[in-house]
Amino acid sequence: MSSISPTDVPTAPAGPPNSAGPARTTVFGISLNIRQSGIYIAFALIVVLFTILTEGALLQPQNISNIIVQNSYILILSIGMILIIIAGHIDLSVGSVVAVTGAIAAVLMVDYGVPWPVALLLTLVAGGLIGAWQGFWIAYFGIPAFIVTLAGMLLFRALTLTVLGNQGIGPFPDPVRTLSNGFTDGFFGNIGLGALGGADLFSLLVGVLVVGGMALSQWRTRTARLGYHQAVDPLPVFLLKIVTAAAVIMFVVVQLARFRNLPWVLVLLALLVLAYSLLTNRAVFGRQIYAIGGNLQAAVLSGIKVKQVVFWIFVNMGVLAALAGVIFAGRLNQAGPTAGNTFELDAIAAAFIGGAAVQGGVGKVVGAITGGLIMGVINNGMSLIGSPSERVMLVKGVVLLAAVAFDVWAKRRAAR
Amino acid sequence: MTDDILRMREITKTFPGVRALQDVNLSVRRGEIHAICGENGAGKSTLMKVLSGVYPHGSYEGEIAFDGQECRFAGIRDSEQRGIVIIHQELALCPQLSIAENIFLGNERSRRGLIDWNRTNHQARTLLDRVGLPENPVTTVSDIGVGKQQLVEIAKALSKEVRLLILDEPTAALNDEDSAHLLDLLRGLRAEGITCVIISHKLNEIAAIADRVTILRDGRSIETLDMGADDVTEDRIISGMVGRDLEHRYPPHEPSIGEEAFRIEDWTVHSPVQRDRVVVSGAGLSVRHGEIVGLAGLMGAGRTELAMSVFGRSYGVDISGRVYRDGRQVEIKSVRDAIGHGIAYATEDRKRYGLNLIEDIKRNISAADLGRLARRGWVDDNEEYRVAEGFRHDMNIKAPSVLSVTGKLSGGNQQKVVLSKWIFTDADVLILDEPTRGIDVGAKYEIYSIINRLADAGKAVLVISSELPELLGLCDRIYTMSAGHITGELPRHEATQERLMTLMTTLTSKDPTR
Repeated sequence: MSSISPTDVPTAPAGPPNSAGPARTTVFGISLNIRQSGIYIAFALIVVLFTILTEGALLQPQNISNIIVQNSYILILSIGMILIIIAGHIDLSVGSVVAVTGAIAAVLMVDYGVPWPVALLLTLVAGGLIGAWQGFWIAYFGIPAFIVTLAGMLLFRALTLTVLGNQGIGPFPDPVRTLSNGFTDGFFGNIGLGALGGADLFSLLVGVLVVGGMALSQWRTRTARLGYHQAVDPLPVFLLKIVTAAAVIMFVVVQLARFRNLPWVLVLLALLVLAYSLLTNRAVFGRQIYAIGGNLQAAVLSGIKVKQVVFWIFVNMGVLAALAGVIFAGRLNQAGPTAGNTFELDAIAAAFIGGAAVQGGVGKVVGAITGGLIMGVINNGMSLIGSPSERVMLVKGVVLLAAVAFDVWAKRRAAR
Repeated sequence: MTDDILRMREITKTFPGVRALQDVNLSVRRGEIHAICGENGAGKSTLMKVLSGVYPHGSYEGEIAFDGQECRFAGIRDSEQRGIVIIHQELALCPQLSIAENIFLGNERSRRGLIDWNRTNHQARTLLDRVGLPENPVTTVSDIGVGKQQLVEIAKALSKEVRLLILDEPTAALNDEDSAHLLDLLRGLRAEGITCVIISHKLNEIAAIADRVTILRDGRSIETLDMGADDVTEDRIISGMVGRDLEHRYPPHEPSIGEEAFRIEDWTVHSPVQRDRVVVSGAGLSVRHGEIVGLAGLMGAGRTELAMSVFGRSYGVDISGRVYRDGRQVEIKSVRDAIGHGIAYATEDRKRYGLNLIEDIKRNISAADLGRLARRGWVDDNEEYRVAEGFRHDMNIKAPSVLSVTGKLSGGNQQKVVLSKWIFTDADVLILDEPTRGIDVGAKYEIYSIINRLADAGKAVLVISSELPELLGLCDRIYTMSAGHITGELPRHEATQERLMTLMTTLTSKDPTR
């Protein structure tokens, strides 16, 4: 606690154990930050567990595709939710916003015959306005987000019922259904993969490009950091991480290519994750979200326009909820009055399982996505082995509690 | 023959990677006031946590004997049962509860599981009389000042029939008046036979009140001095604490003062809670380039309120007055405006208002001017790292790297991060509110050197401080404030502690309604 040994060697990979560093543990000679990587290890273990329990059915091409498509809207919501939770707020209204925006999209496309791109745009704008409404009360009027969004949960559900006249509206135009449920075209035909059978060449090429792009950008980041004498992973660890990530991505892509090519929602989701990861890590706006959640007073006195930032993250949540609303409605081919029920709880759970801190200031987009996938895999895996829904709910509850308990424990360990 | 109430022998306590205490010995005589001195990180608080059972028996080596009996405390309740009560630096009161409820928190006066409010409030009244606090026991704690809250803590300790009272930095947050009252109270308790152990950075208080003083340095007990018998001076204690003679507590500095950089005129601020109460009244002051100007005043005089209201109206309502930068009048409506006009404000409470404690050094340094490191809204991480590393070297921030979390740094190093953050904004006017509060002697010297360097670089520095020797040692010119008014202005060579104190306690005639 008392003295912190100063080192003048910034390139040392992991300094001697000291009280100023995060909790690290050593696995196979690789130093890990358990608070950050615990979630990924847990995800890997859960996947392995259900692969064994389902005798491999979990990782079958069609099932992987199902997991992605079935959870896409929760994952999209969890991206917006993690930003809000990092800022130290919460949004309980997203389920109702999903419903009302789905209803708006349905009314526009089905009842009024508005061309789908225009209708989609108008729906996203409507989502933004809903977010602005809530953001106003929270940021500028100073009502706690818990209350504002609890009210919003009721308000927007009521609005949904009004718009729909208490009945489902559908069916949706084909392009919208394709976005929710459909797959990319096989532009270049199939290619034989030996024992694995035929696979879509275009999907495989996209996978290779993604892996190549990731490896290149990671390499460039590493080189630049070395140029500034920053601590980086030693080369073998770096390569191991890249190869692992590449293997996971390529495995998923190959399986999808063998089934029905890439789901469009996966493409959309990948773009969103990339964009929002950049936003949180690199953008001034994203950094200010962390600063606000970490210490509100200090952020105010550092000249950060706190009200504006909070306002805009709620607008952002509204837009993402609208996107999720359209995708969900498109998937069911109908906007229904009960759409999106309890989605807010899934999105919040995803964020916390993914390592967000209850007090705010901590969290990652990729973490929230992983948290969402953990719940998705549990859902899917347990239904494959025929567990009743009450048991699924029980397991999800335990996982949420365990994840946050682990986070608190790791934090306390680090504080010693 | 000495009568020791407490004997701690060869206490060793290690944390992973750090030895916080090594073979520390402490013996306290019955009925004395025993001071413990040492730099931050010397192990004072750790030693007290060992004594009070926060670190239970078995987690440390060594022996503790209280009243001749060996003690093996498993927790705070054990030590409190023996009459050892610790009052922590950060007060542990519930602000929304009443004084009486706080006094008997966890120790409620009850009958058959229901609280006996008459007995609670009556006994609280008696205890409040004992500590000299003329407040109604049903008053909510958040409605009374920090000084009075400290007295409530002591009343709470007395309710537990305390025999050994440990006070960790009891006067750190108090003004001189409240501190004096507290010290008087401790003398009174000594007369009643209660033994006190007091941890303090304020050496003048120790000299005034303690019977003996034990000095810790780097986790070891160095010596115990008898204030009566040995010829103990403040400098003598300091040399024990730092292990060297600290001839000059303030680095020498030859100012080169230029044009006026910053001036406020007729500055008036009203309280945001009571809008008709004037907190700062018609204040005016100026600071020149290269000049270090002090602002002295007792707590509640309006110093912080003045600074924060100037800094982008961060405090107060109905603010009026004029601000000039380099001779030109400027409008400052927000913190961004203030930063834009080259004004920086480092708060008195760096943990609550200054730092994001869960973030690393790098991101704290860049927080106030992140835009400078960004192109079209995107931050250049590597440049940020380089800048932060530069500050870590220049400011001698003791941490393994700029990726260390600021919450784990010592007070002195945290303050260096705060200063780095504001220096990075390239401010020309730096308002430093209590820049050395809660910082040990060695780190204070470093902070003073940094302030001198800033002045040498042509910055205008306004230092707000409760420690008069600090202002006298550091500043070229000192303003005094009392009850919201600027009551005086003295150049360095005319200022003495006595003259400043007189001005700080003057109630001005400008405002006859007060």
